[in-house]
Amino acid sequence: MSEQYRVYAPFIGPFDPCPPIKLKYYSTPPQLFLGFQPQNLPQFSPYEALAKGTLWPALFSPYEPKNS
Amino acid sequence: MWVYEKKLQYPVRVSKCDPRMARYLIEQYGGADGELAAALRYLNQRYTIPDKVIGLLTDIGTEEFAHLEMIATMVYKLTKDATVEQLKEAGLGDHYANHDKALFYNNAAGVPWTAAYIQAKGDPIADLYEDIAAEEKARATYQWLIDMTDDVDLQDSLKFLREREVVHSQRFREAVEILKAEQGKKTFY
Amino acid sequence: MTKQLDADYYKLLHALQAVDFVLVELNLYLDTHPNDSKAIEQYNTFAKKRKELVQQYETAYGPLMHFGHSYSRHPWEWKEAPWPWQV
Repeated sequence: MSEQYRVYAPFIGPFDPCPPIKLKYYSTPPQLFLGFQPQNLPQFSPYEALAKGTLWPALFSPYEPKNS
Repeated sequence: MWVYEKKLQYPVRVSKCDPRMARYLIEQYGGADGELAAALRYLNQRYTIPDKVIGLLTDIGTEEFAHLEMIATMVYKLTKDATVEQLKEAGLGDHYANHDKALFYNNAAGVPWTAAYIQAKGDPIADLYEDIAAEEKARATYQWLIDMTDDVDLQDSLKFLREREVVHSQRFREAVEILKAEQGKKTFY
Repeated sequence: MTKQLDADYYKLLHALQAVDFVLVELNLYLDTHPNDSKAIEQYNTFAKKRKELVQQYETAYGPLMHFGHSYSRHPWEWKEAPWPWQV
């Protein structure tokens, strides 16, 4: 589950009008890596599954808003 | 045939009066990668795809209507008691002129929904790859919507919807694997 | 007739949403894993659990479904508020 995002450093041009954002991020959620889901993966409890939006921790992808 | 159930799939709470957010959320109601487009895309593809994956398209297509209802609920709650003045300030004056507070299938910029947003190629691989792309685009849209509000309750419902895109994408990827499997061979699933 | 939307209402609704969510997840999973007998067993167990919860909910708050999938008392209860987006 570690690091469900990647980082890159865009080129900073000398005439960029806004203060540069040095690092930019994009999501790399678990469905990109899991392959065909194996049987008998650990599950969340029903209430936790509802709260998380999936029954399986292996498919859970947290997202935090950019401004936080 | 379809039947209706008188409940939401997931509780929708909105704790901040913020009609501007309603205007952005409409993207997932009547936008290109929104829930209406998703439901209609999947349910329509069912007629020309191998039997093995029709069940999946039916079930995900049906779930998308539950998500459409969640988005509608958010928009309804965010605009229900707003004054005309508040709507104008929120950038919803154009909407009000045409629709009062009625919901309408258009995107955040007011462009009406069109069938041109969805494809039906008749080629199972092409159609499923479109579905995977649609789920990833909807996931991204939910990310930007989450970024645009500080209402933690609204964020909570949007995070649920974003996670559903992840799971649907996973299932469509598995559907591709099923269609790739050699005829008559028992595969890994 | 206005229904009382008390704490019990939200608690029961939440319980039903949780069980139904497990069923949606298992359903999609089984669409691509039709031979996973353990998952089918879990699906059937939760389907039974859902029936019990639905009965409890409908007794207290009225029908969840139309077209004969739920029973009605007198007068016809289906058309009564609240609708899902109103609660």
